[in-house]
Formats: sequence, structure tokens, C-alpha cells
Amino acid sequence: MDFSVFFQPAFSGGGIYLDWVLSGIKWTLLVSILAWIIAFTVGSVVGVLRTTRLAALRAPATVYVEVFRNIPLLVQMFIWYFVLPEIVPESMGDWMKGQMPMPEFWNAVLCLGFYTASRVAEQVRSGIQSIPVGQTYAGLAMGLTGPQVYRHVLLPMGYRIVIPPLTSEFLTIFKNSSVALTIGVLELTAQARQISEYTFRTFEVFTVATVVYVLITLAVTVAMRALENRVRVPGYMGSGK
Amino acid sequence: MFADFDFDVISRSMPYMGEGMLFSLGLTFLSMIGGIFLGTLLALMRLSSFRVINAPASGYVNLTRSTPLILVIFWFYFLVPLAMKKISGDAYATGIGPFYSALIAFTMFEAAYYCEIIRAGIQSVPRGQSDAAFALGLTYGQGMRRVILPQAFRNMVPILLTQGIILFQDTSLVYVVGLTDFMGAASKVAQRDGRLVEMYLFAALVYFILCFSASYAVKRLQAKYNFGR
Repeated sequence: MDFSVFFQPAFSGGGIYLDWVLSGIKWTLLVSILAWIIAFTVGSVVGVLRTTRLAALRAPATVYVEVFRNIPLLVQMFIWYFVLPEIVPESMGDWMKGQMPMPEFWNAVLCLGFYTASRVAEQVRSGIQSIPVGQTYAGLAMGLTGPQVYRHVLLPMGYRIVIPPLTSEFLTIFKNSSVALTIGVLELTAQARQISEYTFRTFEVFTVATVVYVLITLAVTVAMRALENRVRVPGYMGSGK
Repeated sequence: MFADFDFDVISRSMPYMGEGMLFSLGLTFLSMIGGIFLGTLLALMRLSSFRVINAPASGYVNLTRSTPLILVIFWFYFLVPLAMKKISGDAYATGIGPFYSALIAFTMFEAAYYCEIIRAGIQSVPRGQSDAAFALGLTYGQGMRRVILPQAFRNMVPILLTQGIILFQDTSLVYVVGLTDFMGAASKVAQRDGRLVEMYLFAALVYFILCFSASYAVKRLQAKYNFGR
């Protein structure tokens, strides 16, 4: 094993191979965190819609979840990147093909965000549905409107309940961000493969990439556990742990 | 938008796409069996009270579960040929072919996920069951095989099948090493004929129909037999 490979001058770009690794980490984090913002926002809305009593709101949310959950991420990535510019109105398609800044990056973010949103939606829905229905009745009886019941009663509790499964969705988004390499985003896995092709130091390079992913997992797990403790409602579920 | 949609490219590439689908299904089926088998062993190891047994299993599972599948595929494409050279002692051993390399990668990767499902399944069997088995004089192996695992697996059937559907979707990632699974076939036809829109939408539709009906069937099965009670 010879980790000095990372300090050798890189094939191109003027730096050393360590710079490639760092740039890969940067893109992995950027894609994942931006996609998570989309996933959390869209997922929360879709998840809430799935719990409403209005079929006209529930149906599109259900279709959304089923469509995005039952098509592999790789296929969705190709659809965002290759298919979408062809089937949107022509002027927009031309913009996507010509002027759009960093099309690989933004398509990867949107794809991963909307894909993960379907999974977040399922968690949010199960969190809301696990709250005893008496709490909704109590809220309504106190004169809150439907949206106010969600805002002040269901969501504050529902989000707390689903922190552990949301943590694992958040971890999954970092791993799934590697699929972005198929449309040309040079994130960590892509950089690892690229360095190993130039240097044949496959073992060392893949080891470093794996360690970075493990560190990301550890960091996220610790942060989410801290968040869980911080927002814990005293005397309610799991506070003894 | 569908004005110049070329349906013919789909029908004329059907046989090739069919072969790709067989590859995907075969890879899914075999790695599911391998994954469940290895996953059971890992789960039993993780539940052992001996540190020398549970520590390596926990380490493997946690490491694999924090690594992206694509990186795991790359790892095994690199390691399997090396291992073959070591085992056969032949410096020019040619490996075992792309299908088996992919099969090993998916089996090893999925085993970590199946391990966690199976571990939860075993833990869901009431403690009294294993106490009763030991009280009857069954050994650990007999108790597991005849009392605990049958009950655990009965509870786990739906979630094991759901994981199988996820695995089927994941097999599309063999694209990164150039294999011709269903998605690989679609993308090769798409690039050869310049028909990306048709082929990728068709692939999406096929995956959707298969995965949607499979998860619907799992839901029905779960309701019908009231698994987990």
C-alpha cells in the first residue's frame, strides 16, 4: 500500500491527486445537500397531502410517490438529463441544451431531490398517521382550522417521530449521489475511479473514498442524534434513552 | 412532443431488450437468494454474545451500508480478479466473467441490508420461544432451524420481497461497468440509433409496471395472510 499517490502531480489540472479527491468530496456534498433541501420540502408537502381527507389532493400525491419510487434512480437520472430537454417546449429545451449553467450538476440535484422526496413523503405520512387521531379532534375542538392543526399539532410531533427514518434517508442521499457520475458529475466515486485509471493505485484510492463515505455517515448520524435530543419533548416517547 | 416518436425502434430491439431483462431478473433472483443466505449468517453472527463473532459481522454490515452501491461494484470488479489469481495461483487467471463478478458484488452488498431485516425479524420472535426450545433440550442449531427462524421468516416475507424489488431497481447500476442488463440494453440501443427519448421512456415504463405490480402483489399477500399479525 502506497498512499503517496495522492501527493503525486495529477494527470491534468496542475494540482496533485489529493485535489481531485477534495473536489470530488465537494461535489458529493453539494449535490447531496441541495437535493436534500428539495427532497425535504417537496416530500413534506406530498406527505401531508397524502394524509388529507380530500381525495383530489390525496390522489396526485399518491401518483407522485408511486411513480418516483418504482423507477430506478439511474433511469430517472437519464430522463432528467437526456429526455427532458427533448420533450419540454422547444425554447426551454434549447436553453437546457445550450445556456443552462452546469447542466449535469443541476439535473443531478433535481433528479435526486425529487426521487428522495417520494421516500421522505412516505416517512412524513407515517409519522403523521402514527399520532393518535384524538389529537386532531382535540385541535379541531379547540377551534383550530385544518391547516392550523397540521402546523401546531401534527407536524411538530410527526417530524420528531420520524427523525430516525429521515436520518437514514439523509444518509441514503449521500450514497445515491454517486449515481450522478452516470451523467458526468465528477463526484467522489467518479474521481476515485478516474484516479485509479490514471495511477493503477485502485486499492488505495477506493479505500480513501470508502473512508470518506463512512466519515460522512458518522458525521450525519451524530448530528441527527444531537438534533433528536435537542428537540425531544420531555416525558414523551424515547426520552428515557 | 410525440410527433416524431419512433415506436419502431422499441419493437425492433425487443429481442435484445428481452435478453437484457432476463439478465436483470436472473441477477436479482440469484443475488436475492445469496443475499438472504449470507444475511441470515451475518444476522446470527451479529446476535451472538461473543465479541469475536459479532464484531466482524457488525463491522462488515456498517461499512457496506455506508458505502454507495456503485463504489461497491467498482470494489468487487477490482477485488474479484485479484482473489481469483490468489486462489488459482495463476498470475494470468482471467477472472470469472462479468456476470459472476456482478453477482458476487450484489450478493455481498445486499447481504448487509438483508442482515438488518433478518436480525429485526429474529428479535421479533418472543424470547420465550428460544427459552422453550432450549428447555426442550434442542441445541442452538436445532432451536434456530426448527423454532426461531421459521417464525422469524414468516413475519419477514413481505419486507424481504420489498427489499427484492429495491434490489431489482438497483441492478440497473451494472450499467456503470458496461453490462447489458435491461437498462444497459436500452442505453446501447438508444445510443446506436440516436433514440434516447424513446428508449429511456420505454425503460422507465417497463420498470414502473414491473415494480408497481410487484409491490402491489406484496401488499395483497401481506393483507391476505396477515403476516406479522
